[in-house]
Amino acid sequence: MVMIFGKPLILLYGQLTLGLINGAFYALLSLGLAVIFGLLNVVNFAHGALFMLGAFVTWGLLTYLGIGYWPSLVLAPLVIGVLGAVMQRTLIRRLAGLDPLYGLLLTFGCALVIEGLMRNQFGSSGVPYAIPEALSGAVNLGFMVLPRYRAWVVIAAAVMCLAVWLVIERTRLGALLRAATENAPLVQAFGVNVPRMVTLTYAAGAALAAFGGVLAAPMNSVNPNMGTNLIIVVFAVVVIGGMGSILGSIITGFGLGIIEGLTKVYYPEGSATVIFVVMVIVLLLRPAGLFGKAA
Amino acid sequence: MMLGFTRAQASALVAMIAIIIVAPAVLYPVFLMKVLCFGLFASAFNLLIGYVGLLSFGHAAYFGMGSYVAAWTAKNWHFSSELAILSGGATGGVLGLVVGWLAIRRQGIYFAMITLALSQMVYFFCLEASFTGGEDGIQQVPRSPLFGVIPMQNDMALYWVIAAVFLIGFLLIHRIIHSPFGQVLQAIRENEPRAISLGYRVDDYKLLAFVLSAALAGIAGGAKSQVFGIATLTDVHWSMSGEVILMTLIGGIGTIFGPVMGALLFGALETYLAQFGDWVTVTQGAIFVLCVLAFRRGIIGELGNRLKLAL
Repeated sequence: MVMIFGKPLILLYGQLTLGLINGAFYALLSLGLAVIFGLLNVVNFAHGALFMLGAFVTWGLLTYLGIGYWPSLVLAPLVIGVLGAVMQRTLIRRLAGLDPLYGLLLTFGCALVIEGLMRNQFGSSGVPYAIPEALSGAVNLGFMVLPRYRAWVVIAAAVMCLAVWLVIERTRLGALLRAATENAPLVQAFGVNVPRMVTLTYAAGAALAAFGGVLAAPMNSVNPNMGTNLIIVVFAVVVIGGMGSILGSIITGFGLGIIEGLTKVYYPEGSATVIFVVMVIVLLLRPAGLFGKAA
Repeated sequence: MMLGFTRAQASALVAMIAIIIVAPAVLYPVFLMKVLCFGLFASAFNLLIGYVGLLSFGHAAYFGMGSYVAAWTAKNWHFSSELAILSGGATGGVLGLVVGWLAIRRQGIYFAMITLALSQMVYFFCLEASFTGGEDGIQQVPRSPLFGVIPMQNDMALYWVIAAVFLIGFLLIHRIIHSPFGQVLQAIRENEPRAISLGYRVDDYKLLAFVLSAALAGIAGGAKSQVFGIATLTDVHWSMSGEVILMTLIGGIGTIFGPVMGALLFGALETYLAQFGDWVTVTQGAIFVLCVLAFRRGIIGELGNRLKLAL
């Protein structure tokens, strides 16, 4: 058996894949957080709850309407995007101009409501969702056996992250978004409907979280607690990367997933906390975050 | 103007003490002790959010670790009640020193996220560490005699001790706020760059305020473990951090009596809704949303505003 630093290579590859998958979710979620924070100045605590709802919508579409995984990849983000737009219009919009801490508290309240309702309905253990047939099984790469679904999650998330980055950096819409992030009143003065843009941005962030939820649905069980535990880690990811840079969020997300995977191989006891430890180190060495601008 | 209390505050204080004395005749002492512990916890939290403008989203860490250590010292080292509670406070303070030292490097929203992340780390530590008993927690914590002599088995005897701990903590917080140190804290809240330009080392002030708040939260947690004879993961979980924010928000951020009022309402809510399971969470979330949207001053803050008094 091939060993590396005293650990079987197979184990290392396996955990690296799992790390990449976690990293994919960190990247998707921190990307959405960054985009929303940039324009709305709100740290969206409900992001984890929206991620969880995305998974439940996927499950619900299959269970109640017989709609499978592939259409859900589009439908679930759409549904949650609409929900996000409603949340922004009815609740979050009222906080414009207030200290961003209120936005955090409001969305925290929303997360509690969503999670509590889902726990009432489905219990804490959650419901199973099968891996779609086309992605079940595994491929033998020669050096390791890679379950198809895991490969799909990493590729789909990476492509989605890249697409978001391209839209923001390379399209007119993205240019307007970046401009509004810098100076919203000025962009509005040029005739852009900024309030609508704000709503759509929040909706897009929510849809991105839901997309993550769809990818996560067949991984473990779909359960009401899958979001909040994740979002706390994503907060640490965001502190490490800084919310100023889109590409920074993506790199930090994937990077930390890999670090977490490696920790599972070499020091399993520390795998739950390694991201927080990295956060502490970054705070000591580069308080503004890896990609952040100094305050 | 005794001890920095205005006349209105002094009247409210007398009323509060009178209620603490009379209440056990009407309500269960154990319920009241829980409210007093939460009241001290929320007041300690309010010292940061209300008077320095720092939102700590991880105060469960100090409360919960205080609870664990007080339970552990009472059970294994046979500490007397007051020493067990103080050991909880010391734990909260030390932990607060470490977390505060890291978290004050960032402002505003990042501060909240860092404290939340670090408290989650403390939670994982408590889940894995052997001294906390993992999922079971530390159970059958003895109610040790006060000063090693006065027996505490009776709920009423313990009630007076908890009431005293609460009042001492409450008065201490009030004293801190109205000291020159507290005035500087409020200056930092209002305008940090100006406080810096006036020559104050704002990071030192923030850190000391953080340590004081964490230590008092640890005392509240230690007191709670003495009341219930148990220390569990519930007290270090992030939802507890959310709950203390909720108490302070309902009662009134930046008011002296608000957090205590919030703790009373929260305790009642939790007790009466307990049979409905997860509806407690839903209700808490809904109250959060309502308070943030329409009731940011909280009950006492709103009352004070109507009466034009600082409560």
